[in-house]
Amino acid sequence: MTINEIQDEIIDEFSLFSDWMEKYEYIIDLGKQLPLIDKQYKDEDHLIKGCQSQVWLHAALEGNKVAFTADSDAVITKGIIALLIRVLSNQPAEAVAQSELYFIDKIGLKEHLSPTRSNGLVSMVRQMKMYGLALHAKS
Amino acid sequence: MPVTAQIAFDVEKVRKEFPLLQTSMNGKPIAFLDSAASSQKPHQVIDAITTYYREKNANVHRGVYQLSQEATTAFENARERARSFINAPASKEVIFVRGCTEGINLVASTFGKRFLKEGNEVLVSGMEHHSNIVPWQMACEDRGARLRVIPVNDRGELIMEEFERLLTDKVKIVAVTHVSNTLGTINPVAEIIAKAHEKGIPVLVDGAQAIPHMKVDVQELDADFYTFSGHKMFGPTGIGVLYGKEKWLNEMPPYQGGGEMIETVTFEKTTYNELPHKFEAGTPDIAGAVGLEAAIEYIQSIGYEAIHRHEAELLAYGAHQLQQIEGIRFIGTAREKASVISFLVEGIHPYDLGTILDKLGIAVRTGHHCTQPLMERFCIPGTVRASLAFYNNKNDIDRLVEGVRRAVAMLK
Repeated sequence: MTINEIQDEIIDEFSLFSDWMEKYEYIIDLGKQLPLIDKQYKDEDHLIKGCQSQVWLHAALEGNKVAFTADSDAVITKGIIALLIRVLSNQPAEAVAQSELYFIDKIGLKEHLSPTRSNGLVSMVRQMKMYGLALHAKS
Repeated sequence: MPVTAQIAFDVEKVRKEFPLLQTSMNGKPIAFLDSAASSQKPHQVIDAITTYYREKNANVHRGVYQLSQEATTAFENARERARSFINAPASKEVIFVRGCTEGINLVASTFGKRFLKEGNEVLVSGMEHHSNIVPWQMACEDRGARLRVIPVNDRGELIMEEFERLLTDKVKIVAVTHVSNTLGTINPVAEIIAKAHEKGIPVLVDGAQAIPHMKVDVQELDADFYTFSGHKMFGPTGIGVLYGKEKWLNEMPPYQGGGEMIETVTFEKTTYNELPHKFEAGTPDIAGAVGLEAAIEYIQSIGYEAIHRHEAELLAYGAHQLQQIEGIRFIGTAREKASVISFLVEGIHPYDLGTILDKLGIAVRTGHHCTQPLMERFCIPGTVRASLAFYNNKNDIDRLVEGVRRAVAMLK
C-alpha cells in the first residue's frame, strides 16, 4: 500500500468512533501494545526532546525502503507514533521524504502535531522525512 | 468605619466578573486551574484598557496638548497605585517592565555590569523558574562570575542551613523566588533578606507567584529588588513592575537606549534621564499600566484576607479529595504553601493525564513548568499542576478529581 492509501485506511477506521473517548482509548491501546524500538536505540543519540514528552526514533534502510522504529515515555504520544509508523515505515525513502501527512488532521488529532504542544512529535515527523531524504540520496 | 472594610466574599458573584470563566473548552464549561501560568481578567480590567484606547490614547511625557497630558497622568497614576500597592517608598523606584522576566533580566544585566567581577558569585535557589536562572547565568558568563544554588529538601523547601553556608563574601547578589511556581512553596524571604543584609548582600525577589495571593510590603521585607507580572495578578500581559531601592538603581547603568530614558543627546555623549525613566526606553505599555492599575484596584476591592481564606480552604479541600486517588503522589509538601497542587499518578505520564483532562474541559498545566533543574532534583519528567485563584470554586476541584479518576481508568 502507498502512504496515502494507508492514510485513507486510517481515516476510514477512525470514522467509526462515535466520540473522543473511544478514539483516545484506541490510541492508548496502540500506545500500550508493542515495544516500538530496540533497547539499544533508546539512547541520547536517538532522543528527540520535547517539553512535554520525549520521543526516540531509529531509521534503517531495508532494500530501498525505510524501516522506522520509535518510542515515547507518554502513552498517547506513543499511540500516535504507532500510527505515524504504520503510515511511513516500509515505504520507499523518496516517498517518505515527499509525503504529506493529512490523516492526523482528518482524524481530529491535529493538536498533537502542533508545534506549541511540544511533545516531540513535530520534530519526529521532520526527522522521519530527513531520514527519507538522506537514505534516498544514499540508495 | 474604615473604607477598607470588606464585603463578604462570594465566589459565585466574583466568577461572574470574569468573562472567560463563562466559556467552554472542548464542549465543556471550562474549569480553569492554570492561573499560575496566567490568570483570567475581570471585566473591570478589560474595560479599563478599552476605555483608555477609546478615550485617552496618546503618547506620554511628550505632548503639550491636553490628551497627551491625560495619558501621562493615567500612566503616572498607575505607577503611584503600584507603588502604594507594594508600599514602595517612592514612585521613582517603581519601574514598568514587560513582566517579571524582564525585571530580572534588567537587574541581572545592569547590576551585573556594575557590580559583578571575576570570581564573584550569584546565589539562586534550586526551585527557581528558568527566568530567575538563565539571566543570572548569562550575567555570570559575561562577568566571569559563578552561579551557586541553594538546595531544596524532599518537601520542596529551601535548606536554610545550606543557604547560610553558601552566603560567603564572594556572593554579590541573592535572587530567590517568593513562591515556587511548581511546588507552591512560600519561601522565608524576609529571613533570607535579613541574613544577606547582615553581610551587606542585596536580594532580588521574584514575586510573580506571590503577588496574586498575598500582601507584599517591600519595606517590611526590606527587599532590594522585587518584581512581578501583571498577567498573573488578573491584569494584562506585557506589563509588570520592577521595584528597586533607589541607591541601587542610581548605581546601575541603563538597560536599553532610546527615547524616554535620555536627558540630552548629542553624537558625542548622551546623558540619562532620572529614575524611573532611565530604565524605561521607548514608548511604554501605557494601556497595560492602566490595566494593571485596574487589576490592583480589583484585588484591593476583594482584599487579600478574603483571598487567602478562600484559597486556603480550596487548597485543603483539593489536597484531601485528590489524596483518595490510588497511586497519587504530591510533589511539594512544604509547610508554608500557596494554592498550587503539583502531582503525579503512579505509572501515568503527566502529558497523557493533561491530554485527557483537556478533553474534559479542565485546564491544568503539565510538564516541567520551566523548572527543569527542580524536576531533576525530584527525578521526575514533570508534574500535573493545578493552580488556584480566588475565582475557583469547589466545583472546579470536583471536576478535577473526577477527571483524574476517568483519565486514570483510561490510561492504566
